Formats: sequence, structure tokens, C-alpha cells
Amino acid sequence: MNPRVCAAVVLPALAVAACGTGSARPSADETGSAKPAVVVTSSARACTADVDSVAAGARVVRIHNSGEKVTELYILRADGTKVAERESIEPGASEDMTVELTEGAHTLQCLPGKNGTKVAGALTVTAAQAGGTPRDGRLAAAVPAYRAYVAQQAGASLTQARALKAAIAAGDVAKARELYWTSRVGWESMEPVAEAFGDVDPKVDLREADLEAGQKWTGWHVIEKQLWTKGTTSGLTPVAAQLVTDLSDLVARIPRAEITPSSMANGAKELLDEVATGKVTGEEEAFSHTDLVDFAANVAGAKQAWTLLKPVVVHRRPELATSLDQRFAAVEALLAKHRKGAGYVSYDTVTRAQRSELSRAVDGLAEPLSQLAAAVA
Amino acid sequence: MSRFSRRQALGLGAATAAGAAGIVLAESSGASVFRAGHGEPAAAEGTPVPFHGEHQAGIASAVQDRLHMAAFDVTTDSRDEVIALLKAWTAAAARMTQGREAVAGGAVPAVKEAPPEDTGEALGLPASRLTITIGFGPTFFEKDGRDRFGLRGKRPAALVDLPHFPQDALDPARSGGDIVVQACSDDPQVAVHAVRNLARIGFGTVAVRWSQLGFGKTSSTTPQAQTPRNLFGFKDGTNNIAGDDAGALRRHVWANAADGATWMAGGSYLVARRIRMHIETWDRTSLEEQEQVTGRHKGNGAPLGGVHERDEVKPAALPNDSHVALAHPGANDGHRILRRGYSFVDGSDGFGHLDAGLFFIAFCRDPRTQYVPMQNRLSRNDTMMEYLQHTGSGLWAVPPGVRPGGWVGQTLFEA
Repeated sequence: MNPRVCAAVVLPALAVAACGTGSARPSADETGSAKPAVVVTSSARACTADVDSVAAGARVVRIHNSGEKVTELYILRADGTKVAERESIEPGASEDMTVELTEGAHTLQCLPGKNGTKVAGALTVTAAQAGGTPRDGRLAAAVPAYRAYVAQQAGASLTQARALKAAIAAGDVAKARELYWTSRVGWESMEPVAEAFGDVDPKVDLREADLEAGQKWTGWHVIEKQLWTKGTTSGLTPVAAQLVTDLSDLVARIPRAEITPSSMANGAKELLDEVATGKVTGEEEAFSHTDLVDFAANVAGAKQAWTLLKPVVVHRRPELATSLDQRFAAVEALLAKHRKGAGYVSYDTVTRAQRSELSRAVDGLAEPLSQLAAAVA
Repeated sequence: MSRFSRRQALGLGAATAAGAAGIVLAESSGASVFRAGHGEPAAAEGTPVPFHGEHQAGIASAVQDRLHMAAFDVTTDSRDEVIALLKAWTAAAARMTQGREAVAGGAVPAVKEAPPEDTGEALGLPASRLTITIGFGPTFFEKDGRDRFGLRGKRPAALVDLPHFPQDALDPARSGGDIVVQACSDDPQVAVHAVRNLARIGFGTVAVRWSQLGFGKTSSTTPQAQTPRNLFGFKDGTNNIAGDDAGALRRHVWANAADGATWMAGGSYLVARRIRMHIETWDRTSLEEQEQVTGRHKGNGAPLGGVHERDEVKPAALPNDSHVALAHPGANDGHRILRRGYSFVDGSDGFGHLDAGLFFIAFCRDPRTQYVPMQNRLSRNDTMMEYLQHTGSGLWAVPPGVRPGGWVGQTLFEA
């Protein structure tokens, strides 16, 4: 019934064409759940899938608890890394989750009862079908496109951080201040992906107030505090060098980052949460007051995830797509009022009323954005 | 005199058998029993208050124990978005007032990938007589001299910009607002849940401007129940308009089509004043002076010169500058207002005092002739003003009630 659909998304640095075939049967109801590709039954003694194999891609896995105790399901790759988990499944209950499955052998691990024994089963994921199903195809295309964006942003941060290191070594305070905020733009636009690695974020982006007693403070904000409160680069070279090392490590790990349509959507929401709790209040950049630079980068990163997921959402939840387009535009228009040169005005010059206006626009965007993950699940 | 409908009688449960004389029950238990009559919404404790009706609930209906009021600024320029919001609010309010979630199955949905559509803290709690009352402020119609949503021509003449009253110390961040939502309930969690969920539905269309919690009603619309006391320790609202006094409601509370704004027929005007009470200095004042300032005896609430609480107030027998003398209808061309205020304590003031007071709420048919002259008189002459400071203020036009299938404000937008 539907013709073959092609959606082309043009990004600043790359162009991605996402194609798929249409389907006459709507595969998602209004709550976003779809017919499961795999049904895993968890009992006291077994953890079995109703199929031996399933094709790679975003698949709905239903977990049914036929046992008498609350159970959990973990889907693990051959190397033991976790693909997905679902906890607290009540006896008799069935729950659906959307999982991005890649080719290879997988272990299904059920955990009936809080302290019960693990029960294992197997599931083979075969190569993705040629063409794939339309919704999975479009979503699957969004993932590598987003990964490319993330890599590009992290790379940009690294390049700027290297320049920052050079400016610090040369004792050029003015140049270092400029490079401080430009080096943060890439990072701020892809932060949720970096946060998934766990160890990178505290090394590069910890604020002084976040430190535990005895913890060594490293990263951007060490540089920020000294550049703005002391006006000297003295002693900062090792800090900048460590920042470059940590960012190089981040860039190297991005190809292995766990990215799914759901994590993209949740990451976009988290970027807005960052704005709502850290940037709007002026806590993030306490000394440089470059909060609006981070703010804009957070919004840009969220917008990128949205742009890539939109071709699917436009069909599934058109009203959500309209709302997100409008609300992104509203926040961007408001931010534009505060532009200055290549960046933004100092946040300490933004009045309380203006901050409130920004906050309200962020709330207006974050609320529908919190619906995105379910819409692409 | 007391006419309980079957539904209300059922709601009262077994105790009603003894309450054929409702007054006796009310006096003995302090329960908010209500004289039902003339079709006014009434609800015994535990019985949900009907949402639909000729008038919005939360005005003449029995006063609940707790308040959460919030004023909102509209953040969109789109008339369609405002209408969509009012429809969504109406649907959620109709559900929540009946003890249900804001959205069916919203608190714990089957799909775990999305945030729950209802915030969940009222799950399992009864309706607790929740009422949600919505009104529109002057700035909803026009702001900074410009028309908003094509409504300027519909602004009722009675919806004035309140004048500056003597001794006003208003905080703009606690005053005004394009839309007001009054949520009253016997359970503070239910009232907060209502406001929180409406605010959430409104993100992107409206934003909270200020909100106020109130914990103890300072007036009732059920005169047979025990008159509540305010934080000065005095009975308040003894002669308030009763919720079943159809004549007084018609004369003093409900707007009429002939009053000027036809869309407001069956509606009312809500005045809110956040009145800080300097309770520490009040508490150092002798009982004699407290009673002279108020115009009533502290013990049983009898007017000075009287013996019982409900003895007729004779202004001539009271000090000229006492609160009751100045607020009495006899001093205000016979005008009365329906009061529905609550006590509040918003933490402390940094000077070793509680930030306490009375969140005054009143409903009237025309604030120009009822509230404004009375408040001018009080602010100028009332000796109680020595202990009071008005810190927040607002006036809103509360449209009539909603028929099933309709929405709050429909008469304004579709007339």
C-alpha cells in the first residue's frame, strides 16, 4: 500500500539517506508497543525464547513471567556484555522492550526470585534481512548517522582542546579563554554518550562543588577557574595535557559506544535536563559565565538526535513531531536573542526575567521530548 | 430545612442516621456537613464534588481543609494552543476531581519507555472533595496595551486592574497571572497533585508564575458547621455567605448576563490577597486590644456587645475602626462577598519570624462595587492593618461551570 519511503537527512558534515519499504500493517499502536519478534518465557527452571533465531535490528522482545516469583531478564552478547535488561517482572506479567540486536550468539539470562539461581537460554541473531522492515530500517539508519555526529563532535572538542593546551603553554590567557569555551561545544552536544562510559565525564567535566573529599580535580573547570579568577595560565599545562589525553580516549571509544534509537531519544532528553538544572541557573560556568554556549550546544545535540529520529516519529506520532519542531524552534529563537559574535553573551548579564523566559521555553521542549523514547521504541 | 439528596446521604454513611438534624452532627463532630439546596453543588466528606454544573465548583461548594492555588503566565501567542490547553485541563480536572488519575492508567502505564502521564502521588487516595476552579486575569485579555488571543473586546468591565490600596507592599512575583487555578481538597497531597499535573500538561503553553499552599480554611460556606479560626486565633467568616443561600449568591456572587459580559453569566470574580500577618507582635497584644481591633470576642466569636457568636452585629456598638465594623455590610452599602481564604506559613522571614498569614480568597459579582471600596476602607482605617501587610494580589474572572462535553472558558472563546 505504501510506496518505498526514502528520507534524506543532510547534516553539516555528512549526508545520510535512510530508506525502507512501507508496510500496510501498522506495527505500533498508540502506546508505541509492537508485535514482539521474540517471546521469552521465564519460569523457575527455564528461560526460553519461542524462536531459535531472529534477524538483527531493533526488535521487540516480550518477557513473560510464567513462574511464581518476580523475575528479571538480561540479554547478553557472547563476550558477556549486556545488550538489555528488564527488572521487576511480576508473576503472570508480560512486558515488552525494544532492543537493538546485532548479529551473533546471545545468552538469555533470567533471574527468578531475588536471590534465586540464574537460568539461561540461547538466542541467535542472524544478519539483518535485506531491506529490513521499514520502521526498523529507518531507525537502524539513524543509529550510525548519530554515531558519526557524535564522533565528529568529540573530534571537534579534541582539536580545540589541543589548541587550548598550546595557548596555555604559550601563556596566552586571552586565547586560552576563547578556546576554553569553543573546546566545550562539541563535548556538550554529545555528553550523554560520553556519560555512558562512566569514567570520562568526571575526568573532564567535574565542577569543584562535585568533588568528594580527597578527590583530585581535573578537566575543563580547573582551567576555567584559574583563567577567570587568577588570569594566568601558570601551572595549567599538565591539566590541559590530561584533558587532551582523556578526550583522545573518548574519541577512540565512540565506535564501541552503545547507541540505540531509544538511547538517542533519552540522551536528547538528558541534554535538556542538563540545561534545566545546570545551565539555566548559571551553575555550570560559575567563573567564565559561558553557560549559554553550553546551553546552545546541549540543544543542538538534542536537535540532532531528534532530526535523525523524526522520519519515523512523523508517521507514528505526527502530533509529537509537530510539537517538537515548534518547541525546538522556540528555544532556538530565544537563544538567538543572546548571540554575541561567534558565541553568546556572558550569562551574568542575563537578567532573572530573561533566565525565567529561557527556562520556560526549555520546559516547553523537554516535556514532549520526554515522549520521544517511547515513540521510537 | 436540611434536604439531603440520596447520594449525599449515602456519602455520609451510617453517621447520617443520627444526622437527620445535620446541625447536631456538625456541631458535635466538627464535620463539614452541608445544607444542600437550590441545586448548589454539595458534598459530604468522602464524596467527590461534581465537576460539571451551572457554576464551577470551589466557590459555593463546602470549603475543604486545604488549598493549592497557582497562577500561570501564558507563554504562547496562539489562541488555538490556549483553547487546546483549556480543553486538556478540563478533561484532567473532570477526572481528578472524581478521584481518578489525570489520564486513564496514567500513573503506571503498561509501556515503561515513556514517563508516566500522571505523576502518581495521588494514586490510591480518595477524591477528598477536590475542586478545581479556573479563572482569567486582566492580562489574559490584553497585556502592555495589546490585544491577546483576540479577547480584548470580551474583557468584562468588572475585571478591573485592582487599584493600589493604602499600605500595599505587593511583590510582583506573587501577584497577577493570566490564568489562576484554585485547587481545594481535604488532603493537601490531592490538591498539590492536581496543580502539579495541570502545570505539567501546560508546559510550553503556560508557566507557573507563583503558587501558594494553604493549610487551614479561615471561612466556611457551611454556617451550621463550626466556624474556623484564623492565625490571630479568632473565628473568621461567621457571617459568610452560605453555599445554599441562593438569594445571597445570586445577589452578591454570581455574575449575570445583564451585568455586561454575557459570557460570564453564572461565573464570578475571584480576588486573592496574600496577607502577611505579623503574628509575633499580635501575640504580644493584650486580649482586650485584640478583641477591640477585631470587633469580636475571642472565645465564642460573639460580636462585642453580644453574647453568642451569631448575635446580630451592631456596628454602632463596635469601635469605628475595628475590623468587623469596617467590613460589615452596613458599612459597605449592603454589599457582601463570599470568603474562602486559608492560613499559610511559608517558612520563615530571616528575621526570626514565621512568614505566616492569611491567603485571602473572595468571590463576588462585581469587585468594583464590592471588594474595592471595602478594601479601601479597611486599608485606610482598620486598626488591624498594624498587624497586616498585603504582599500578593490578583483578580480573575471565573467563567461559569462546564456542561458534560464542554470546557472551561468555552463561553468566552465561542460566544
